[in-house]
Amino acid sequence: MQSYFSGRWTPYLLITPMAIVCLLFIFYPMVETTILSLYKVSFFGLKKIYIGFENYRNLFTSSDYLHTVWLSFIFAGAVMVLTMPVSLCLALLANQKIRGITIYRIFLIWPYALSFAAAGTIWFYLFNPTVGIINYLLNLGFGIKPDWVSDRTLALLMIMITTSWKMLGYNIVFYLAGLQNIPMEILDAAGIDGANAFQKFRKITLPLLGPTHFFLFIMNLLSCFFESYGMIAIMTKGGPDYATNIMIFKLTQDGFTYFNSGYASAQSVILFVIVCTLTLIQFRTTEKLVHYGGA
Amino acid sequence: MGEPEMKKKWTKTVLIHGTLVIACFIIAAPLLFALVGSTHTRGEASSYPPKISFGSAGFENYETARKSGLGKMMWNTFFVALSATLLKTVIALFAALALVYFQFRFKNLIFFFILITLMFPIPVRVVALYDLVQKLKMGNTYLALILPFIASATGTFLFRQHFMSIPSSFVDAARIDGAGPIKFLIKILIPMSLNAIGALALILFIYMWNEYLWPLIVITSKDKQLVQLGLKMLMQDVAGEQVWGVAMAGAVITILPPLFLFILLQRQFTRGFALTSGK
Repeated sequence: MQSYFSGRWTPYLLITPMAIVCLLFIFYPMVETTILSLYKVSFFGLKKIYIGFENYRNLFTSSDYLHTVWLSFIFAGAVMVLTMPVSLCLALLANQKIRGITIYRIFLIWPYALSFAAAGTIWFYLFNPTVGIINYLLNLGFGIKPDWVSDRTLALLMIMITTSWKMLGYNIVFYLAGLQNIPMEILDAAGIDGANAFQKFRKITLPLLGPTHFFLFIMNLLSCFFESYGMIAIMTKGGPDYATNIMIFKLTQDGFTYFNSGYASAQSVILFVIVCTLTLIQFRTTEKLVHYGGA
Repeated sequence: MGEPEMKKKWTKTVLIHGTLVIACFIIAAPLLFALVGSTHTRGEASSYPPKISFGSAGFENYETARKSGLGKMMWNTFFVALSATLLKTVIALFAALALVYFQFRFKNLIFFFILITLMFPIPVRVVALYDLVQKLKMGNTYLALILPFIASATGTFLFRQHFMSIPSSFVDAARIDGAGPIKFLIKILIPMSLNAIGALALILFIYMWNEYLWPLIVITSKDKQLVQLGLKMLMQDVAGEQVWGVAMAGAVITILPPLFLFILLQRQFTRGFALTSGK
């Protein structure tokens, strides 16, 4: 590749704003977090004592913490199982050449613009055990009035449903983009070879969507792990009895309610390692899948 | 086409339309209930069976939400989200310009470092970031809300991909005319990248508008707070009671700006992303 413009310092000048922000607000805090995770910080950060891996040891032997890790994965896993297949089906429908498809698309993907906090506010109203519409319908149909607020399992189910609904739009957008990138010729050729619609979907569409599955897996995971904070803060506050206390909730409690910075930093590092590992694993498997698909 | 085949095709079309209409309705239902609920008085909101028609407190609920601080928070969020979006876009455009049209030392390494910032979302570095903001004396300021967000790896990646797809004859023409890189950016690259810029600006604005955790930690005074925290504030009145009408009014009104922008830029959004995925 050649340099289109001369000027020895120009490229560095152009990249400086990006570099400064990255270094100061992203890499420096990350390094600082890692260092802080080896310390015990008390008295509002005035006193720092080096304790090695003590914070990590405490975390891995704390059943409270292991519960939040387990819970975060259950939460993210359930949301993916609920939202990804439905999104793919809806994206397949929205990829058909029929009248009014632009309008349908807008009506399918608009929750993308919605915040988790707003989704939480609305669904908390719908799920309200006494005045909510959901319990009214459940009572009408099955004669039951579940207590979504104080039952541990139901509270978790409630935030899973809310998140899945909120993530539908996002997933549909990217499945649609993925579907539109599949060359028609391949599907037509398979049709000539006698493949039916289901075979075409299984053998061509699904594998060719490999990169999209990968991307959405990561994005859904990150949304559940981090973005869902606002929704949980409004609906359950991590409760009842820690039933919805996912990792990020415990982290901020330890860091900003109990000012236990070292302990919270160790949790940050663990979260970072989890996110990195999953990204790498998923990337590897997707590479194989994509290769198999011939793209 | 034979008659049975026509009929089959017709059935298929009807089925697709039917399924799509039902799906759209299910997705929209919660928002519709919220809209209806936002007009209910306290009495109407606690009636059983739940009232599913418009109530009589529409105007009052929205007015209560505005007066209890949500109005001010909407303006604050406009300012913060707009500034962050603008800065992010400009910084990413500059970075992509350097990465595509210049040859310099450590270029690939720098690009790699920009990309891996995706692995460090705010929650992963929140404790140290808060300490840093305090050290820089930026606690409870908008600078603290904006600056940590303005390095956009997504934007740099998107613009880089897009610039690389622009034929090199455009650069050659610009060079023959004696245009420098900044003039080239303003006169040629930006006009040719409007879809990508629109798509990016849209996702960045929505992202900032919907931010919850960071403003919760950084902003300590109510009159500077952002709108998502306002939703939590509206969940209860001063007596600690749930006022669903006002809470729903708040939810509906805070959804409108990003939703409006989304519908306005939805073309750029889908096109801008079609460009990134391989083509």
